[in-house]
Amino acid sequence: MLAFNFFGATEGGLFDINATLPLMAIQVVALTYILNSLFFKPVGNVVEKREKFVSNNIIEAKNKLSEVKKLEADLLTQLQSARTEAQRIVSEAENESDKLYKEALELANNEANASKEKARLEIENQTSAARDQLSKQADDLSKLIVNRLILEK
Amino acid sequence: MLTNFAALEVGQHLYWQIGNIRLHGQVFLTSWILLGALLVFISLGTKKMENDPKGLQNLLEFLWDYIRDLARTQIGEKVYRDWMPFIGTLFLFVFVSNWGGALIPWRLIKLPSGELGAPTADINTTIALALLVSLSYFYAGLSNKGWRYFEYYVHPTPIMLPFKILEDFTKPLSLSFRLFGNILADELVVGVLVFLVPLILPIPVMFLGLFTSAIQALIFATLAAYYIGEAVEEHH
Repeated sequence: MLAFNFFGATEGGLFDINATLPLMAIQVVALTYILNSLFFKPVGNVVEKREKFVSNNIIEAKNKLSEVKKLEADLLTQLQSARTEAQRIVSEAENESDKLYKEALELANNEANASKEKARLEIENQTSAARDQLSKQADDLSKLIVNRLILEK
Repeated sequence: MLTNFAALEVGQHLYWQIGNIRLHGQVFLTSWILLGALLVFISLGTKKMENDPKGLQNLLEFLWDYIRDLARTQIGEKVYRDWMPFIGTLFLFVFVSNWGGALIPWRLIKLPSGELGAPTADINTTIALALLVSLSYFYAGLSNKGWRYFEYYVHPTPIMLPFKILEDFTKPLSLSFRLFGNILADELVVGVLVFLVPLILPIPVMFLGLFTSAIQALIFATLAAYYIGEAVEEHH
């Protein structure tokens, strides 16, 4: 049986090609259209919509991240400048107070020196005045003594 | 022994006579059952499409992605969209036919003549698929490049012309006979083994058959996509 039917006997056989071929081709083409509308299109729409959604979100997130980085850098420079500014103000204030202190010190010194000098001068004056008076009194006294001595003689 | 082999009913068909034409009824019966199951499966999976895929939809999306990758790598980014349904249909049809033929115990259903089995174990089916692939790549080439498609035949040198013409015949021949031979051989091997040693021994061969069936579906779809890709490829 097998030997007879294997190759192209008129009835049956493995290589019996007939109208099954074109009908099967038509069936597959029809299946392509059916599967396209039932399977490939709807699933493709959903998958591609989701892919777009995901990639959009990624792009958005990247944009936001770069914005955040920019803002961070901005804030950092602001912080930096604020720090230097603060340092500058502090050192300026230190210099100012130093200057004021020095000025006050000098003023006080000068004043002290001046009053010391004045006191010294006054003392000197009074001393010389007292000396003058003393020498005048000595003169007077000596004159008196001389006069008395002369008068007694 | 020969009569024992004949019990496998190789080359016997269930003939349907419609007017003047004769059809292999068992091929259509199995293909309708299997394709019906496939369509039911797909309609169930795509009935309620959600943005967060669950259950069947997940599986179908995986399948869709798999077919898209196959079509995109072979055909190329530019036109793969047009051919993805065809490639996917070829893959699904061959896969469902092969696995359906291997997994479902068709032999339990008695026919007056012939027996039910994988539709791809019939030469008519595989030649039909292969000729569709041939038509597709011609159509793809001509619609994408017009008459410049024929530059492909003399592409590196005009010496290639006879070989490229020969290829147009060998492509459908190899496509159809590869699929036909593999699936028929698998059915025969399993049939003979079941006939000789009905217990346990056929099981590894059956698993091998499932593996072969899946691989053949992949090979058929990949080659079809490759031929289309070759036809639409720009050489310059």
